[in-house]
Amino acid sequence: MGKIVAVTGNEACAQALKQINPDVCAAYPITPATDLMQRFSSFVNDGKVDTELVLVESEHSAMSACIGAAAAGGRVATATSSQGLALMWEMLYIAAGTRLPIVMPLVNRALSAPLNIHGDHSDGMGARDTGWLQFYSENAQEAYDNLIQAFRIAEHLDVRLPVMVCMDGFIVSHSIERVEYIDDADVKKFVGKFVPVHPLLDLDKPKSYGPLILTDLYHEYKRAQHEVMTKAPRVVLEVAADFEKMTGRKYGLFETYRLEDAEMAIVVMSSAAGTTKDIIDRYRDKGVRIGLLKPRMFRPFPFAEMADALKHVKAIAVLDRADSFGGMGPLYSEVAGAVMQMDSKPAVTNKIFGLGGRDYLPDQAEYVIDELITIAKTGKVKTVKEYIGVRE
Amino acid sequence: MSKKFWETLPQGSVVLEAGSSAKFKTGGWRSMRPRWIEENCIQCMFCWMYCPDMAIKATAEGKRAEFNYDYCKGCGICALECPGKKGNKAIVMEEEGK
Ligand code: SF4
Ligand code: SF4
Repeated sequence: MGKIVAVTGNEACAQALKQINPDVCAAYPITPATDLMQRFSSFVNDGKVDTELVLVESEHSAMSACIGAAAAGGRVATATSSQGLALMWEMLYIAAGTRLPIVMPLVNRALSAPLNIHGDHSDGMGARDTGWLQFYSENAQEAYDNLIQAFRIAEHLDVRLPVMVCMDGFIVSHSIERVEYIDDADVKKFVGKFVPVHPLLDLDKPKSYGPLILTDLYHEYKRAQHEVMTKAPRVVLEVAADFEKMTGRKYGLFETYRLEDAEMAIVVMSSAAGTTKDIIDRYRDKGVRIGLLKPRMFRPFPFAEMADALKHVKAIAVLDRADSFGGMGPLYSEVAGAVMQMDSKPAVTNKIFGLGGRDYLPDQAEYVIDELITIAKTGKVKTVKEYIGVRE
Repeated sequence: MSKKFWETLPQGSVVLEAGSSAKFKTGGWRSMRPRWIEENCIQCMFCWMYCPDMAIKATAEGKRAEFNYDYCKGCGICALECPGKKGNKAIVMEEEGK
């Protein structure tokens, strides 16, 4: 049996990395992810892991070194936040296009300017098109569990893609919570031995990485990359089923909360889902049929499954902790894409909340639910996109 | 079930065959063509060393041989670096097709 501890999200993720013992980590510090890799570097220093830790001069170099190490044939991990992820931008596409199963906790943080170190999803959403799989975690337990599952998913021979495991900066990364750790031996068994595919270090079979591919084949390579993403959900669910057998903790493509008989739904990711569940309970006590859908896997986005889970609701509010300036919130766009596949077309609104770590408080959830009640009654949406929790 | 063409591509666009770049004749990109003037050549082998495309052949004895026009892109580096004999270059660049 595992053991129950009181740890921060960063500590839990560092523990998961220790238990997985990757071959190579290349990292550069950035708040709030610094503490995660700092803890991991002590494990390296104390001989608790065999990992080769490469201390580089920037996140661009960190991801470059990870790509090199993964192409060489190693199990590779790193971690970052915010500007660090932004600096990795071009390398993120190369990791995915080259099909390298790198795993990276992303401690979600706002992007400059103005400079802000607190949690929102602007960084992760900026990387949504890079070809990485993305998982968002509500709390430290989910971050730990998702990180362990991420290695199995990334390294699955039908996937072989890099995976980002996100948790909210400070709210989860630095808050102490109850977390159930899995035994080292069980994690090791669950993750299994790393199987390299086309390793550069297999000198008997020389090969080249990173060729120039122009109009004759590029389109076909992208078609193939899209296909892999369509296969990923099956693998994600298989891995989740195995994980449940080991721990009893159930994971899906998304989580639903009191949604089965709901008339209205809130779609929200990560830590804000916890607060929302509490407020939903209060409204349920008053007989309001409101439920929640919390996406866990944002890339690939489970359109069909989500359309099915939401098909009976009349009104949906999608809460985005990121904005696409001049566009709709990124989560809203995806949910709207899912709604387009439904016969019943529920009304969908978009609320932008919690940017730069602004607290998401119960009164914001109440405001959203009160509005949903009116929309469900009238079928009319007054404002499609709106900022909530703004000082006025 | 027969696979679609794009399903047969190697994962991650990795080139699994060693030395396959030899199959890709880059000589067709050339607009300027280097010409070797043997009487001005002092056999310093600078051109052989500087050519980024290994398009200057050498004999088994390590002597300067002809250009390999299958791969020479016509960049002109060899002509620039060539010291020649008494100020007379042993490589000159000429417009292709003239
Ligand atoms: S012109 Fe450029 S490519 Fe051609 S032989 Fe000279 S150095 Fe090589
Ligand atoms: S650089 Fe000029 S002189 Fe030297 S070997 Fe080449 S052609 Fe001859």
